[in-house]
Amino acid sequence: MATEKKNIALESTVEYSKQASRATAKRLIRFFFRRLILLIITIVVGVYLTIIVANMGGYVDKILDAAIREEVNMQVAQIAAQSGGMSDDVRREMIEREIALRRSVAGLDQPFIRRSLTHLKNALTLNFGRARFMISDHGSRYVRNIILERLPATLLLMGTSQLLLFVVSLFLALAVSRHYGSFWDKLIVALSPTSSIPPWFYGIFLILIFAAWLKILPFGGMVDAPPPPTKIGYFLSVLKHMILPAFSLFISSFMINTYSWRTFFLIYSSEDYVDMAKAKGLGSRAIERRYILRPTMPSIITSFALMLVGIWTGATLTETVFLWPGLGTIIYEAVSRYDTAVIVGTTIIQAYLLGITVFLLDFLYAIVDPRVKLGGK
Amino acid sequence: MKRLKDSFRDVARYPSAIIGMIIVIALFVFSFYTMWKIPYNEAIKMWRASESIVYKNPKNARPTWVNWFRKDKLPVSVDVVAGEDDDFTKVSEPRASGGSSIEFVYTFDYNYNELPQDFFLYFTADYQSKNPFISMTLLTPSGEDIKIADIGITKNQNYRFEQDEKLRTRLKRLHKGNEPATAMQGLLSKLGSDPFEIDKGTYKLTIQATTFEEGSDVDVELIMHGKVFGFFGTDHLRRDLKVAMMWGAPIALAFGLTAALGSAIITMFISAVGTWFGGWLDELIQRITEVNMVIPYFAVLIMVGTFYSRSIWTLLLVTIILNMFSASVKSQRAIFLQVKESTYIEAAIAYGASDLRIVTRYMIPRVIPMIIPGLVSAVPSYVFLEASLALLGLGDPSIPTWGKVINDARTFGAQYQGMYYWILEPAVFLMITGFGFALLGFALDRIFNPRLRGM
Repeated sequence: MATEKKNIALESTVEYSKQASRATAKRLIRFFFRRLILLIITIVVGVYLTIIVANMGGYVDKILDAAIREEVNMQVAQIAAQSGGMSDDVRREMIEREIALRRSVAGLDQPFIRRSLTHLKNALTLNFGRARFMISDHGSRYVRNIILERLPATLLLMGTSQLLLFVVSLFLALAVSRHYGSFWDKLIVALSPTSSIPPWFYGIFLILIFAAWLKILPFGGMVDAPPPPTKIGYFLSVLKHMILPAFSLFISSFMINTYSWRTFFLIYSSEDYVDMAKAKGLGSRAIERRYILRPTMPSIITSFALMLVGIWTGATLTETVFLWPGLGTIIYEAVSRYDTAVIVGTTIIQAYLLGITVFLLDFLYAIVDPRVKLGGK
Repeated sequence: MKRLKDSFRDVARYPSAIIGMIIVIALFVFSFYTMWKIPYNEAIKMWRASESIVYKNPKNARPTWVNWFRKDKLPVSVDVVAGEDDDFTKVSEPRASGGSSIEFVYTFDYNYNELPQDFFLYFTADYQSKNPFISMTLLTPSGEDIKIADIGITKNQNYRFEQDEKLRTRLKRLHKGNEPATAMQGLLSKLGSDPFEIDKGTYKLTIQATTFEEGSDVDVELIMHGKVFGFFGTDHLRRDLKVAMMWGAPIALAFGLTAALGSAIITMFISAVGTWFGGWLDELIQRITEVNMVIPYFAVLIMVGTFYSRSIWTLLLVTIILNMFSASVKSQRAIFLQVKESTYIEAAIAYGASDLRIVTRYMIPRVIPMIIPGLVSAVPSYVFLEASLALLGLGDPSIPTWGKVINDARTFGAQYQGMYYWILEPAVFLMITGFGFALLGFALDRIFNPRLRGM
């Protein structure tokens, strides 16, 4: 009798929790889409502002104009070659007429607002035009190809270093907060100002030490030249080249992260409910997991988000310093060769990346923080 | 007054705060000293590296302090004017036929294992129509007397040892056909030694000048371009890095402080106004903040730097604009929302205070202590921002900054050629600045943020 009752109670709990989780999932999805729409609007506005800044001196117009000119010139040359013999005057006239026509189709003869909307559409569809000088490794001159080709390298470097950073500093912060006031704790506090130095700066030092002086790691690049023929060899070579850049990205945020998370943990572990849990006789691991880690998670994610947003900046320079063939190096090359189309293109791609980062973290935040009511009331 | 004293006592409790404070104050003192010692216009002129300014400086010379750490010392650059130095004497004797015979003797020790870059002689002569005549010989420690040149000089004449082809051929002959790579190697090596071995000891350079007119005179300045120069060394354009190292400080401070202060004050104002008025204004500010988070701030700065202007002040302005709607608008908004509900604000409304008065007198003062630590900690990030832009080649072309020196060093392969001083010097300055402000900012954070007290 008693067991039966218990079973019914158990079943209903299971049933209830199933329902609850279904409701949560529903809310989560609704929240996801609402955030997504908001994010899209935000990115569109952000990209639009970027375009306006870029086009204040008419640079984006020029990019489009140059693309049209080149295309028309090539087509007319082709026609001339096919029809055999075409006088220069006729040809020039044809070019001018065609250019004027295409310019009006592209909307270049229209007022500023209309024009900027055209550019916005191009930017949103990643249609950045052609680069003036730069060529992708596969020989394409489309800015989109140049950028997309380099994106994986950036994501590899950033992903590795940030994941490492997150995990290592989280566990270290936990460990240190358990031994508040110990030598290691004090060391972390004392060393936290080292994070005011950006990653590329550490990079320069690491290059001087490990590449120039000790000669054990490469100065830069992503693989040996020529690249190793085997897959494993290639992987090891990339790994070897990644040590220094990843480490400099890691080290520049490591101390401040550990410090601020440790501080969060300390603040939260002085809450009354933690004392209560201790009084109940819960194990220290359980207290840590349920009463300290859980409520700190939102703050941790926020600080991580802000850092991640900031690190995109650092990554540009870090890649440049290490000649890592990612987005940052493109920016450097584009600046030094004055390739306007590429500069505008990378700026917009970065806006996208930032938008996605903000969105992902927002979403994560919502999952972790029980106080954030998902999908409205 | 008492509050000020109390906060000072608080600061003094933290050793890191004291260290940070000392560094920051030292930086300010150093900046003012620089501005007084090398006025701005002079610094710009020196940094433009015209020949008349940099002729005394060797190219890519290491700083003198590298010799402290080396067993075999590198040759130190020398700049001596005849008659003004005990080692460089000038004796003038009248000649029977009018004019005079002037003998300059420069005695120097050369005990280095490396050769200097070059020797230069800058002659200034005073005459009417007959050019004075110069003849030079070098007495080596082994007792050889090497003839260097016999030349007639004009009013301003310089003589470079390395550029004298005749001297080269003579040296080759003296070395029995074994051609030295440079004139320096030929002159300062033991004759007939193979491979060339530096002849260490005391050298005596004799310059015999003959003038042919009454009252005609000759003066000479000797410059040896060694391998080390000054306390900071020189770069590829022979510029003394001292100028950039010293002027880097006031520029970094000006840029960092203005950016940090400017954006913090504007941000504070924006969030206070938004919270106080609420409604659509608040909503608008919130949305702008979100959009601002998506705008890649560094990339936009790069764009502005490339397309419009590399002036440091333009970039400063853009930096402030892009940071106005930073994430701290949100965190400050949370504080202001609490403040808005306090009773003293109610009292202010009751006595009829204007909106402006409430925002500036009642709301903003509440957050000032909270933003100070962040403001101080933000200074390094702006200082490094300037350096970052310089590293991309977007530094202000006319102003010497630390970041630009690092950029030059990297562009001209300092790390591959072992010219570490070129990178390390500006790096150390940047690091000290960063640490100073960060230490102070962290300590202030613990003082002003009661939850962090004692943590």
